[in-house]
Order: sequence, then C-alpha cells, then structure tokens
Amino acid sequence: MKQNRTLAWIVFGIGAAYFVLPLLATVLFSLSIRKSGYTLDAYANVFSDPRFQSTFGFSLWIGLCTIVVGLSIVVPAAYYVRLRAPHLRPVIEFVTLLPLIIPAIVLVFGYVRFYNSSSWLPLTNSNFGTATLLTLAYVALGLPYMYRAVDTGLRTIDVQTLTEAATIMGANQFQVITQVIFPNIIVAVLSGAFLTLAIVIGEFTIASLLGVQVFGVYMENIGANRAFEPAALSIISFVLTWGAMGMIAFLGRFAPKTAPRT
Amino acid sequence: MTSVGSIAEKAAGPVDTGPAVATQPSPLPFLRGVRIGDVLAIAPFAVFAVLFLLLPMSYLLIQAFQAQDGSFTLNNIAGLATPRIASAFWYSIRISAASAVLGAVVGLLMALAIIRGGLPGWIGNIVMTFSGVASNFAGIPLAFAFLATLGRVGLITVLARQLFGIDLYRSGFNLLSFWGLTLTYLYFQIPLMILIIAPAIHGMKKEWNEAAATLGATKWQFWRYVGLPVLWPNLLGTLSLLFANAFGAVATAYALSTSAFNIVPILLFAQIRGDVLGDRGLGAALALGMVVITALANVIYLIVRVRSERWLK
Amino acid sequence: MAEPFLQIDKITKTFKDNQVVKGIDLSFDKGEFVSLLGPSGCGKTTILRMIAGFEAPTTGAILVDGKDITALPPNQRKIGMVFQAYALFPNMNVADNIGFGLKIAGAPRPERDARVEEMLKLIGLPGYGKRYPFELSGGQQQRVALARALAPRPRMLLLDEPLSALDAKIRVSLREEIRAIQRELGITTVFVTHDQEEALSISDRIVVMNAGRVEQFGTPFEVYNKPQTRFAATFVGTLNTIHAKVVDAGAKSVSIDGQTATIPALPASARAGDTVSLTMRPEAVSLANGHARDIVLDGTVSEVAFLGAVIRLKVKLGDNVVALDTFNDQNVPPPRYDERVRVTIASSDILALGD
Ligand SMILES: Nc1ncnc2c1ncn2[C@@H]1O[C@H](COP(=O)(O)OP(=O)(O)OP(=O)(O)O)[C@@H](O)[C@H]1O
Ligand SMILES: [Mg+2]
Repeated sequence: MKQNRTLAWIVFGIGAAYFVLPLLATVLFSLSIRKSGYTLDAYANVFSDPRFQSTFGFSLWIGLCTIVVGLSIVVPAAYYVRLRAPHLRPVIEFVTLLPLIIPAIVLVFGYVRFYNSSSWLPLTNSNFGTATLLTLAYVALGLPYMYRAVDTGLRTIDVQTLTEAATIMGANQFQVITQVIFPNIIVAVLSGAFLTLAIVIGEFTIASLLGVQVFGVYMENIGANRAFEPAALSIISFVLTWGAMGMIAFLGRFAPKTAPRT
Repeated sequence: MTSVGSIAEKAAGPVDTGPAVATQPSPLPFLRGVRIGDVLAIAPFAVFAVLFLLLPMSYLLIQAFQAQDGSFTLNNIAGLATPRIASAFWYSIRISAASAVLGAVVGLLMALAIIRGGLPGWIGNIVMTFSGVASNFAGIPLAFAFLATLGRVGLITVLARQLFGIDLYRSGFNLLSFWGLTLTYLYFQIPLMILIIAPAIHGMKKEWNEAAATLGATKWQFWRYVGLPVLWPNLLGTLSLLFANAFGAVATAYALSTSAFNIVPILLFAQIRGDVLGDRGLGAALALGMVVITALANVIYLIVRVRSERWLK
Repeated sequence: MAEPFLQIDKITKTFKDNQVVKGIDLSFDKGEFVSLLGPSGCGKTTILRMIAGFEAPTTGAILVDGKDITALPPNQRKIGMVFQAYALFPNMNVADNIGFGLKIAGAPRPERDARVEEMLKLIGLPGYGKRYPFELSGGQQQRVALARALAPRPRMLLLDEPLSALDAKIRVSLREEIRAIQRELGITTVFVTHDQEEALSISDRIVVMNAGRVEQFGTPFEVYNKPQTRFAATFVGTLNTIHAKVVDAGAKSVSIDGQTATIPALPASARAGDTVSLTMRPEAVSLANGHARDIVLDGTVSEVAFLGAVIRLKVKLGDNVVALDTFNDQNVPPPRYDERVRVTIASSDILALGD
C-alpha cells in the first residue's frame, strides 16, 4: 500500500513536471522581452496590434456562426433519430464520426478541389463564400463533439414522454423542439458549443489553406516574425482553452439529473 | 396462472401486429409514415453531410484514380511509392506510433496513479481538468510553448547552459527532430489517453484485486492475468486513436518548423498550397493514403471499444 | 473440547479516529457455519476483511488452527472469499475463473480441468465452463464465484452478503444451496448478512453485532429465544413491549391499561408506581379462545394483516400495541378491525432484558 502510493506520487510528479514546465517557461519567456527584468510588454504589443483585434474578433464571429449552424443541423437530426428513426442511428453516427477519420487537411483539400473557382459552386471566389466554406468546414470539425453532446443530453431526458406530453397539449413539431426539447438539453448543447469554440478559435490548417485571415493564421505569422509575442499568444490561447473547458465543467453542474430509467 | 398468461397474450396479439399489417402492403415501403416534419428535421443534416463530407471526399477519391485526361489509372496510387512520398509516410507512421505508444504508456501510468494510487482526490480532479484543456491545446500555441521552452533560445535550453553548463543541443537534443516532435505531441497525447482510459480504470473493481489475492495471486500476477487483459482492448483502441490523432496533425509541426519535418500532412499542405508534386492526381492519392491509415486506426478503436464495453458493464 | 479453529483475539479497528470494531473476542470451531449479523455499518465487513487480510487490526490478533496469521498477507492465507458483487474476472470464462486459484498455485492442467469439472457439478452448472461472466445471470455468477473460492481447497470460506444483490426467490434457494455445499465440504464458513431470517435459517451459530461490539453469540435457537440484550431481541425477530405500572411490588402485581396482572419475574428493585416494560415475542401472545394462560388482557384489534399461513394481528391495550400471530384456519374467520378481543400471555415467556 505504502510503496504503491510512493510510486503514484513519483509518476504524478514526473507528469506534473512535464506539463507545468513548458507553461512556466513560456510565461517567463513571454515576460522577458526586455533585457532588464520582466515586463508585460509582449502582451501589450499583442493586444494593441490591430491585426490581433481584427483576426481574433473574426475568429470569434466564425466560431459563433459555426455553433449556430452546427446546432441547427445537429439538434433536429439527433432528436429525430432518437424519437422517430432509431434504425437510422448507425448511419447518422457513422456520418458524425467521419470528421474524426478524415484529417482536417484532407477535408480542406476536398473543399479546395470541389468548390474552387471553376466548380459548379465556386465558393472560393468571394470573401463571403470563403468565409462560409470555412464556417462549414468548422461545422464538420465540430460535428462529432456536438452530436455526441446533444445526443447525451437527449438521453438524460425522456424525449419520448416529453414529446408526447407536449403534443397532447397541442404543440407542433417545431414548437416541441424549440420550446420543450431545447430548453431541457441546453446545458449539453452549450458544452458541445464551448468545445467546438475551443477547437475552432485557434485553428490554423483549414483557414490557412482557404486563405482566410483568422486568429490561428495571425498567430502563425507572428511566430515567423517575432520572438517573444508568440509566447504571449501561446499563454493567451492556453487561458482561452482553459476558460472554455472551465465553462463546460461549470455548466455540467446544471445538467438535468433525471432518475435513470430501467 | 397459465390461463391468465395466455389470455393476456391473446389480448396483446392483435394490438401489437396491427400497425405492421396495415402498412406492409404499401407500394413504396420507404415512404410509409413519412411526415413533413421528419423530412425538415433530417434535411439540414443530410444536405450538409452530402455537400460537405460525402461529395468532396468522393471527388478526391475519384481524382486519386484519374489520369490528367480523366481516364482511369492506378498510376497515382503507384506514385505513392516514390521515395519522397514513401519516406514521408514512413516518417509520419513512426512519429505517430512513437507518440501514441509513449502517450499511451505514460497516460496509463498517470491515470493509474491518480485513480488507484491512493493520491488525494483533489489531485485526480486537477489532472482530469488539466487533461481536458491540454488535449485541446494543440497546434500553433503548443508549438510556440515548446519553442519558448526547448527551442535553441528556449528558457530551459538557456537555463541548462547557464546554470548547469549543459548544452542540450550540443549533446544531441533538437526540438526540430523526430524525438523533439514526439515530445511536443505528447503534450496532447498523454492527456487524451488519460481522458479516454480513466473510465475504463474506474470500471475495474477493487474486488477483482481482492478476489485474486484470496486465490493466492501476487500483485504482479493480478496485473498479468486480470488487470492488463481487462484493460487491453481499451489500450489497443486508445492507441489507434492516438495514432490517428498524431497522423493527421499539421499545425504543430508546421509552426515548429515549416521545413524540418518530412511528414505526410505537411507534404499535403505544400501540395495544396502550390502543387509541389506537380501532379493533381498524385495529391489526391496522397490524401487517400492518409485517410486509409487514419480510418484503419479508427476502425480498430471502434471495434475494440464495443468489445470492452461488454466486459466492463 | 478441541482447540477452536478460528480465533479472533481482542480485535479492535480504528479508521482515522473512528473506532469501528471495539474489542471483539470470538472463536469458531472447525466446520462451523457462523453468521455475522448486524445493522449496516456495525463493522461486519471490517471484521471479515481483517480475517481475509485486507485490513490490519489496530490491536489484537487472528489465529487459525492455533497459528497467528495477523501479519500474513492475504494471498498466503488460503482463505476463500465471495463478494457481494460477484467480482468474477470479466476477461476469463467460467472455467478459467474457477481454475484461477489452482493456476496460481501451479497445479498441472489436467488436475485443474478435473477440479473445474468437479466444481461446476457441485454448483449445478455443468457445461457452463466456456461461458463468460456477462452471459450469466446474477445467481449463476454468484455460484461461479463460490466455486472459484472453493476450488483451491481453502481452509476457510468468507462470504460478504453474497445474496443481497439477488432477487428474493433466488436468494432463498441459493442460501440453501450454499449451506448444503458447506455441509458437504465441511468447510469453516463465516457469512456476513444483515438479514436476520437468512442468518437464522442457515447458521450453526450467529454473532449478533451492534456498533462494533458483539451483542450475543449463540445458536439461532438461543439468539431468538434467549436474547441476552435488548438490541439482540429487537434486531432478531419482532419484539412486543408493554409498559406496565407496578401496583404492588411485593405481590408482583402490575396494571396494564387498567387491568391487573401478576408478573413473577418483576425485578426486586421495582417500587409501587414505577413503570416497567415487559417484552415478549409475538408467539408468546395468543387469542384467548378456550384455554388461557396466566395473564389475560382485553383489547381492541388495531390491524389485521393476512400473510398466508398466518395472520398477524395488532391489539391495542390502552397505549400499548402488541403483535401476535394466529394460524390461518379456513373455518374460523379472523377478528375484524376494531373488534374487542381477549389475549393471553404466559408470564414465563416474558423476557428479562437488561436495558
Ligand atoms: N476504509 C475505510 N476507511 C474509513 N472508514 C471505513 C472504512 N471501511 C469501513 N469504514 C467505516 O467503518 C464502519 C463499518 O463498516 P463496515 O463496512 O464494516 O460495516 P458493515 O457492517 O459491513 O455494514 P454494511 O451492512 O452496510 O455492509 C462504517 O461506519 C464505515 O463507514
Ligand atoms: Mg458490509
């Protein structure tokens, strides 16, 4: 027992060192832009850079669009499959898992080829079209997580009974989804949304290949041209990711807790 | 008793079979009971799946088997064997395997330490929360962090030289090398392993240890005959997931160095940017090769997961 | 008398600063089936785990066959154990589970296979060797767990509430089966339960425990009929308590709801005007139709519960309610709610319990 715990402490200690040291080093590095002592100058430089502001804002905006579009695709489908077409479940689940199987770079390669300027739907011709394509790519990227979150949310509430109860009281299918189901799975939905946001906000590969100036692409540019600002950006990103995950954990406390049905 | 049962069955019979009988003769069986609401519910998903997953991917698939003039060919696939591409695949496979195996082993040890090692509960909570964050902390910022830490002017590199007189780079270390990249990938691989394997370890009952002990088994024998075999499907599955995860990653390696790593996704990145291979079909074949490998890894993961869920109920 | 087989010698166990076993002294004979019976949290599992070696006693010793095993690790004690949640190894089929102990002991394959066959027959599951635990019902899994514990021929068998995860019917049949197998093998067995009926029906002796102490150790007959403490009396079986006012301490007469009765066992310390409580089993009380015993009281029926073979009545005697059972006689309808009845009690059946 005792030696077990000693061993556990050793393993934990090594792991903790591996995970904390780079963060610590990056923080210190980001503070040492001047030879004389630590300053927050690198952060100030980043925050005052108009390109930081514009790309970060744009990334947030794309992230929000991704969540809205993703949810309006996923929620009705997940609800429908659970309630009316359980036999379609394997098909839908397979589709939602595709983005895990197809690497993002292959996905965007497909888009670049399929929606290029000479295709039937030349999305890459305009800025708006490219931004749309980027959003939809991000929807695909977040699909596995969003679907799973919504599906888990639906499982914990009794969709069938809720739907029947609402229908008896005269609600139509649209009203059932928007006024009965959605409010009950909002926590699960928001968790999926924050996870998607965390994935999307610093994404580089797809945006770069579609040629959209988002936060991830901006970071990469800074990395190629500056020394200390990248470290600051790294820490900012880490804090953002932590924030998104913290929101998910925080939201988890409000998840509806229904007695397990037997 | 029996008479009551059979009455109930008879009463239930026609009610159960009623709707099926009524709908079976429909000439278009796939249309039976279709409602406008159902179509509206599934349509956005279906349209999205077709337009932004199935069609673009099928298009690539076709191009992988198309010559410049549009005719069928296997040349593109054969082209994957050219030294430049083959070596990229080989490097990618090795880096993915190394980071997956190391990530799995270290992740398993850490998960065991926090779940079964008798550490205080708050440590477990911190590790799990941190794992959620770190498993998503990949790409550009991760590369920056490792450059700031272990790059040529990284803090640890500098400190090691100033404080201990150790020149990491002189003694063989290089962040922009196979093991440097592996070390970087581990930063998201280990947490991912912890997140995925933790439920399986929680599912291992304390009584299994105790039962084995009363039957004379030592701790080592318990792990040899029960512990590892029980975790094995999960380990194998997670290993393939980690492999796929590393295999598809571009941004981390790209931000570390645009040229140091000859891995498939970076090659594909360059191909998409500027057709460096000078052959559209070959590019598509490259993408297909990637998907085949990640798909294989994922299929292993899914199969194995189904098996182990059965056990750990 | 022969030396006891298992001796628990002044054991205490303290977790942090919570003493959960408070000095226990017990000795069991070879081949005996002993139940540890007590409410949840009274320390039954803790004692069993100390016998198995998973917990070390804070003070005291455990001896098997005269040898101190307190410091022996669990895997060297040769004690079989069955858990509440079966705890079969999910990665092994039934045969491998049962053969595990022999495999660890290094028994050759043929011997192992033969023993597995034998055990499968013993538990009534021949031909189940190739199945996996998740393909078995709870009752079957628990039988396999029993076979697994018995296969390496342990010198003792410990069972920690092995039946409480099963449903009522199987619980009864399996406990009889466990008892039959135990008799056949003659293995010393400690059985933990909080179900008094279970303990009464299958044990040679019962240890009644409460809050880390032994309240009584005796045969089911003794524990039920001669409970030595109030706790033992209330925990095992139903107990009626009647509050009576002492009228004349010398004549041992008391008043119950205004009716007078003579209690020979009235403690000498009782004074006129004191309230004493008289306790008795429901079986000691009966309806006074025909022959009456020495105490006769009139009351009102406050509850009639039809239980099949017997009917449980509750009769109100002023502020007191006594429960009694009458046999279900098809020709005599039971008394109805609110009916006046006369009950009778033999004063010798009143239990003398210290408080
Ligand atoms: N490892 C432990 N650490 C701290 N306290 C413990 C530990 N194990 C048991 N206890 C405490 O010791 C007391 C007795 O527990 P034990 O499991 O022996 O009870 P039990 O009689 O088996 O009860 P039950 O019928 O519920 O199984 C309980 O109050 C329990 O909380
Ligand atoms: Mg217990």
